[in-house]
Amino acid sequence: MIPLSWYLIFAAALFCIGLYGALARRNSVAIIMGIELMLNAVNINLVAFWRYITPGILAGQVFAIIVFAVAASEAAVGLALIISIYRQRSTVIAEDIDLMKW
Amino acid sequence: MTVLQLIFLLTAATTLASGMMVVASPNLVHAALWLIMALAGVTVFFVLLEAGFLAVVQVAVYIGAIAILIIFAVMLTRHVAADSQSQVTRGWWLAALASLLLFGGLLAMLTQIPTLTAGAPVLPGNPDDIVRDLGQSLVSLDQYVLPFETASVLLLAALIGAIVIALPPKAAGAEGGEP
Amino acid sequence: MIVVLTDPFGWIGQTLLGLLARLGLPVATANLLITLLSAVVLGTICMTLGALITWIERKIVARFQDRIGPNRVGPFGLLQPIADGIKLLTKETVTPNGADTVVYNLAPVLAVMSVIGLWAVIPLAPRLVGSDINVGVLYVVSIGAIGTLSIMMAGWASNNKYALLGAFRTVAQLVSYEVPMVLALLVPTLLAGSMGMGAIVEKQAGLPFIVLAPLAALIFFISSMAEAGKAPFDLLEAESEIVAGYNIEYGGLKFGMFYLGEFFHGFTIAALVAVLFLGGWQGPLASSYPLLGLIYFLAKTAVVYFGVMWVRFSFPRLRIDQLNAFNWKFLTPLTLAVVVVTAVTDKLAAQMGFSRTGALLGANALLVLATVWLIGAYARSTRRRLEPVVDESAAAAQA
Repeated sequence: MIPLSWYLIFAAALFCIGLYGALARRNSVAIIMGIELMLNAVNINLVAFWRYITPGILAGQVFAIIVFAVAASEAAVGLALIISIYRQRSTVIAEDIDLMKW
Repeated sequence: MTVLQLIFLLTAATTLASGMMVVASPNLVHAALWLIMALAGVTVFFVLLEAGFLAVVQVAVYIGAIAILIIFAVMLTRHVAADSQSQVTRGWWLAALASLLLFGGLLAMLTQIPTLTAGAPVLPGNPDDIVRDLGQSLVSLDQYVLPFETASVLLLAALIGAIVIALPPKAAGAEGGEP
Repeated sequence: MIVVLTDPFGWIGQTLLGLLARLGLPVATANLLITLLSAVVLGTICMTLGALITWIERKIVARFQDRIGPNRVGPFGLLQPIADGIKLLTKETVTPNGADTVVYNLAPVLAVMSVIGLWAVIPLAPRLVGSDINVGVLYVVSIGAIGTLSIMMAGWASNNKYALLGAFRTVAQLVSYEVPMVLALLVPTLLAGSMGMGAIVEKQAGLPFIVLAPLAALIFFISSMAEAGKAPFDLLEAESEIVAGYNIEYGGLKFGMFYLGEFFHGFTIAALVAVLFLGGWQGPLASSYPLLGLIYFLAKTAVVYFGVMWVRFSFPRLRIDQLNAFNWKFLTPLTLAVVVVTAVTDKLAAQMGFSRTGALLGANALLVLATVWLIGAYARSTRRRLEPVVDESAAAAQA
């Protein structure tokens, strides 16, 4: 018997690991990897709440499916942006892409 | 310790370890492969939570598409000197502190709510009907058709946007350069 | 004896269960052990069948090319796969300098795993299926995605820019052809009302789905062959092109794994087409005699695999730009049209009381005619666009 708190603690840990990755890495693609970890943690939270609190209402799974779609589109556009920036500036270090501030 | 609990603990340990390797690995392709292992671990969790449809969609969408896209992006933007530079920003200890504080706060909050220690309730209805009910709920007018259609518009916009952004600069310049 | 003949698989299961129970194991553990054992048996049969498939393929390609094929090693060359296996086992495996060892060794394992994993959901006989999950069709798609991943890993881990380039192109091809494959897989799901492979086979009791959706079957066949990298889509791993692509740095048994996985993927595609469109184990008397069901399934798979081999040995290779154009400009719009037309026709036929078979066949025929007419119109307009140039240059040359 697995209590709900186990899933939530695991999802919190995964979210915090992803948060560290998104905040502390210099390479933009590594930042996107951290964001994907965070989105996965959110998905686990949603499905765990669906299973344990309201297994009759499918809103939890529907929300998770929409998160899948949003994550896919965000990854696609983000990586297209990174490749385009790499073509122009030959760098993907997030700190060096600071053209808008002087 | 039941078998399910053992499976949960093993998968949680594997996924968290892979997650830490994702954020700590200096070689980006290795980080992408560790990301794939973390995503596979999340798949096992979906199966444990009896959301089988979500598990296969996770493998097909995340591992089969997003992870491959990330690997492509890593390989197309590789810089020879990049692997020797530092992989973390100067204020990385602040990020670590923030993550630890957040985790500590969430842990404290989660262990104090009593309803969270109960076991899983029985699934109402036939578990085989979940996929059909899910499909119907995504298109029925009094359920979730609006978020579904909005997500499809979002995907269309992302598709067109990604193609336009990633077009080679000469093609875009030739189209827009003529007065 | 009659029980053994009519339901051998159930009898084996019961006997093993009784044996393990007498040894004192609780029922749950005994069931788990039997499941694991059957998984091992299925995997072993798959690998052995893969080796046999190479022999069959070589004999048949020889007959297509008016020669005999392997006939030295054993009667009719039947021991040829064993000879090949011994050769591959005893070759020196050279790991390239600077290769990423873990990823380099993991890639062939994942490639074979993704092919054998497909057999877990294929219903072989009325009550003989590895795991009857109710999202079997989507599982097929996901496992194909893992195969794509293994090729990417192989190409990158070889530390060879040609391997990397070949891997990029292969992955682009595989990801592109997943789109019509997934859409074509929607059609049997629509017609059966379920994504589970067992349910799809059971719904084909009277009429196989190939009669109801021939166009979808053809599209699934074509896109699966592109997914498996079989000719005419094998530009990226053929020996004479781009130095054999992503598996250039693999030798010995690792190359053997890729080779076997690819051949067996072709056979698996034939099995999937047989299950989804030809009725799987359905046939006269199959539901009461599961052994007959297994024989029907194998026969249908063999017929479709012959079709795969026939196409492989008849068509020239497609270039990468021809591949991509064929997929995105022809196959994907056609598959979308097929899915929409099938869904609408099915609902209309149910509501207005038409015969479902007739309505769907008519809709498919209309789609084929519309496609042929469109292609003809496109070809005519292209020819008309190019003709005056030819005439002017000919006139200028004469003058």
